[in-house]
Amino acid sequence: MAALFHEDEPSGKALDIGLMKRLVRYVLPHKKLVFWGVLLSVASSFLGPLRPYLSHIAIDDYIAKGDWNGLHFIGLTILVILLFEILFQFGLTYITQYLGQKAIFDLRLEIFSFLQRLNLTFFDKNPLGRLISRVTSDVEVLNEMFSSGLVAIFGDLFRLCFILLLMFLTDWRLSLITLSVLPFMIYGSFLFRRKARESYLEVRVQVAKLMSFLQEHISGMSIVQIFNREERELRKFKKINTEHRDAHIRGIYYYSVFYPAVDFLSALAVALIVWYGGGEVVQSNLTIGVLFMFIQYVEQFFRPIRDLSEKYDIMQRAMASSDRIFTLLDRAPYVEKNEGVLKVDKLQGAVEFDHVWSAYQDEEWILKGVSFSVKPGEKVALVGATGSGKTTIISLLTRFYPYQKGTIRIDGHDINEFELSAFRSRIGVVLQDVFLFTGTVYENLTLGRRDIPLEKVKEAARLVQADSFISKLPGEYNFLLSERGGNLSVGQRQLISFVRVLLFNPDIVILDEATSSVDTETEFLIQKAVELVMKDRTAIVIAHRLSTIHKSDKIIVLHKGEVKETGSHQQLMNKNGIYRKLYQLQYKEQEITG
Amino acid sequence: MNQQESAFTALKSLNPYLVRYRKKLLLGLFFVLLTNLFNVLGPVYVSQAIDSLKSSVTTSGLMGFGLIIISFAIGRGIFLFLVRQTIIVVSREAEYDIRNDLYTHIQFLSMSYFKTHSTGDILAKNTNDINSVRSYLGPGIMYSANTLISFIFIIPTMLYVNWKLTLIALIPLPLMSYLVFKVGKIIHQTYAGIQAQYSTLTSRVQENFSGIRIVKSFVRELSEIEQFEHLNRDYLRKNLKLGRLQAIFYSSMSLLTGLSVVLVIWFGGYLVIENQLSLGNMTQFVMYVGMLIWPMIALGWVINIIQQASASQARLNLIMNEVPEIRDESGTDHTIVKIDGKVEFRGVGFSYPDRENVLRDISFSVQPGEILAITGPTGAGKSTLVNLVMRLFDVKNGQILVDGNPIQSIPLKVLRQSIGYVPQESFLFSDTIRNNIAFGVEFPNDEAILDVSETALIRENIEDFPQKFETYVGERGITLSGGQKQRTTIARALMREPNILILDDCLSSVDTQTEDLILQGLREVMRQRTSIIISHRISTIQDADQILVLNNGEIAERGTHESLLKLNGLYTSLYQKQLLEEELKALT
Repeated sequence: MAALFHEDEPSGKALDIGLMKRLVRYVLPHKKLVFWGVLLSVASSFLGPLRPYLSHIAIDDYIAKGDWNGLHFIGLTILVILLFEILFQFGLTYITQYLGQKAIFDLRLEIFSFLQRLNLTFFDKNPLGRLISRVTSDVEVLNEMFSSGLVAIFGDLFRLCFILLLMFLTDWRLSLITLSVLPFMIYGSFLFRRKARESYLEVRVQVAKLMSFLQEHISGMSIVQIFNREERELRKFKKINTEHRDAHIRGIYYYSVFYPAVDFLSALAVALIVWYGGGEVVQSNLTIGVLFMFIQYVEQFFRPIRDLSEKYDIMQRAMASSDRIFTLLDRAPYVEKNEGVLKVDKLQGAVEFDHVWSAYQDEEWILKGVSFSVKPGEKVALVGATGSGKTTIISLLTRFYPYQKGTIRIDGHDINEFELSAFRSRIGVVLQDVFLFTGTVYENLTLGRRDIPLEKVKEAARLVQADSFISKLPGEYNFLLSERGGNLSVGQRQLISFVRVLLFNPDIVILDEATSSVDTETEFLIQKAVELVMKDRTAIVIAHRLSTIHKSDKIIVLHKGEVKETGSHQQLMNKNGIYRKLYQLQYKEQEITG
Repeated sequence: MNQQESAFTALKSLNPYLVRYRKKLLLGLFFVLLTNLFNVLGPVYVSQAIDSLKSSVTTSGLMGFGLIIISFAIGRGIFLFLVRQTIIVVSREAEYDIRNDLYTHIQFLSMSYFKTHSTGDILAKNTNDINSVRSYLGPGIMYSANTLISFIFIIPTMLYVNWKLTLIALIPLPLMSYLVFKVGKIIHQTYAGIQAQYSTLTSRVQENFSGIRIVKSFVRELSEIEQFEHLNRDYLRKNLKLGRLQAIFYSSMSLLTGLSVVLVIWFGGYLVIENQLSLGNMTQFVMYVGMLIWPMIALGWVINIIQQASASQARLNLIMNEVPEIRDESGTDHTIVKIDGKVEFRGVGFSYPDRENVLRDISFSVQPGEILAITGPTGAGKSTLVNLVMRLFDVKNGQILVDGNPIQSIPLKVLRQSIGYVPQESFLFSDTIRNNIAFGVEFPNDEAILDVSETALIRENIEDFPQKFETYVGERGITLSGGQKQRTTIARALMREPNILILDDCLSSVDTQTEDLILQGLREVMRQRTSIIISHRISTIQDADQILVLNNGEIAERGTHESLLKLNGLYTSLYQKQLLEEELKALT
């Protein structure tokens, strides 16, 4: 169970200087604001404790002496001070929020941008959920630190210092007596925090148990019902629910003890002030106003101390999160290799695989010395059973993964000599699983490129004959696609991906044809689109369509990571080898239906 | 207004829970009363102590005051403790009941409900909605009672001491309630907006990461970053709005409370000079004002809690009032207590709410001891067909008969008890392997568990685990392979000794050799039972008594393996493909 949450359980330090130094960098661009923030924090921490001090003067110097004008004056002064304090507090709250949010904004953007530069191996190795939480929830924890933890701690410390100063300036003995309850307070709140944390963790475990039970049973409800398990599962649920309730009730206990205890300690302080201070007043060593002031300080003093342990928690969590974030940002080895400098506007399209060996792991070779060459403008079909290495070939060609031995050349250059983004933008890829983003049809076609006007998009869509279905969508090119394009049919999604490639006008197309069947009409459109996309370009296709096979100049047959046969459809059929079998398995049926 | 009224009536359905715990609740309210009594008395003695300083007071007299203040604080503390131990505890107990009732109800609902409502949706009712209802039952009730009672205690006391000062001191306080209520609401809405933006941001990140191949191959990293920045900036803007609101909110709260104190000192001071008030009384007032601040804040807060709770309860009522589509009704024949296993479909047609004609005009009949096999392409309606046998859905057209009785007349429990079902997606619970295998029987015996594991060819695997049958499956334990899972679900089905055995493409993840062995073992078991087997693999079904080839919801071909091969149609081409696949695999 513990493994479920180890990620967000703080256990380490509440203050790590190394991490803090890196964090502070995100606030530094706003030096002026930081300056004002600190200034306001100091000012309002000073004004707050000043009010009880002034009320003490009001009582002793004016009320007790019946000085009318004096009372009005000091009343007005207190009011003005209050207004300033509020003003400062407002400014301070806003500035800290602004600073915190700005820092969070920048940090989040930095993490996201960094991740965009990492290679696919990194994305394969790390669970998506974890990466997502680096950008989202981990940053959110820091938000809490910036806006309510860090500044509040400094503000509170200033405030405590001023109160102490004013108290000791007035009467050091009464101050010591008032402060005598402080150690209990500090001890108590840290004890409470520890207990509360334990109980919180226990509650979290119980909540997680409850949730996973419910999650499992709601999604497996048919099994529960078919196996007549309702009564027994209800009994199990009640047991978990009971534990969940009891964990909460235990938690209530700590809270029910802590708040009354704090209450009691402040009452104790008041009682001590009345007892000792009262005696001093009677002996005329002290005035009533001072008593009044001290009673008010008890409240002002205790609240920050009570909250201190909570702030400690926030800091601890923030340190844990920033540690995770910076660990990620330090993953430089996973940044995509881009050492090539060769920038070309156009590729001729000659592709050559020269004894290429590739493995994702150690020596588990997926490609075992694959060699073949494609002339500019040639259309090549890759054919093979699942796991034969077709997908790997196109992954290597787009430089998604490195290969271990051999060379891949385009136009005679090793592909790694090209500058990465210039290189990739000359190669168009249509993957089997068409990936569409939440957004409009237009955005999905241009993928955020603003230099493609709508007219051009429409033209490309007309060529692929996708415009007929797009124009029927509500809002046409502004029609909003749901996640992964769920509100389009499979065929429509494929047509969209063809328009996309046409718009990007690559020199080499790589096509991984989808196997899923579509209706005859759409199938016809797709066949046309494939033809269009391959026209005047070098094309490498993982073919699933008979028509594509027929249209290709050359067929490369892969089997278990090796090129086994090469030739035209007719040559290979005559050979009566692997291709013939594959053909009968994968394509023959289309002869009848197509 | 109308909507609000109906929302508030939603909370009425919580009354039974409150009635159930009325004793504890009343006790809690009584403790609230006592807490406030001590609360109001404390300052009275502080006041007296201060005023006594003017006259000659002895040290022991002062100590007396000190002790009284402390003992009141102790009394107050004890009852404050008891308040939380009663009212808040009751809210957890009621939450427990509500959750049990909700779960019990969910178990009764039919598959059509789960098909139209996502797991996430139902879970949200169990978490967010129950939580906000719990907030109303606990803190909601506690703070409203406390606010009410502290007003009743403190304000008359203040009025008694000095009514003029009371009126002046209290001026800012109602403003505070209003502020908490109004701004609290706006803050809540802004916060909801932030949450929504946060989830937009999260799903954008998620989409980007899962579509990273497309992003990279079209070199769209920069525009992705730009779009992310855009969303991020919106999020920043919304957060800053919240920051502004909070700044306004907290500052005005401090202003109002500070104002109360200033007013007391200023105007109180005037009264003291005029000899209408003692200094002690003034201190008392300052303390009372301090005591009223929290109840005033709580008032505004509680109103928001109640509003949220009523909206949540309305949602909960929606699911609680849902009537299960499939259940025993007046037509159920309770004299049926056992099923032999003859299954007959007569012109059965079926549609899902979102998909028409999943099955059309299906007729067949299968006897105990016979094997009916169903094959056909994905999406042909094979799984739907067996779901109808288990009555997870009711047919739209035609009729299903079991032992010659209409399926609707058979008590649901009796019907399902006689079925051993192995689903297509092996679903196991996070529990021990033993409990998973024994899932469908009330009193499992160890020997039977071993037997069925043997038949399903999983026994050896299990016994290789360090904890054998006590091994945990799932997140907390071991991850079984696809094939192991499938074999475990087979054992689970066999464990019931069912008269109808349904295997829904459940051998897809085991290799052909293991499959052969399992089928051999099953053959013995199937001898006395009705068996319905769905499979893509011809090798699995070629010995069946009858084979149905489904295509697009209809029976395209039917017959035995031999007779189907002679047809030279869909079945034949499936068969040939599989032979080829085998051949290819054997090639090196």
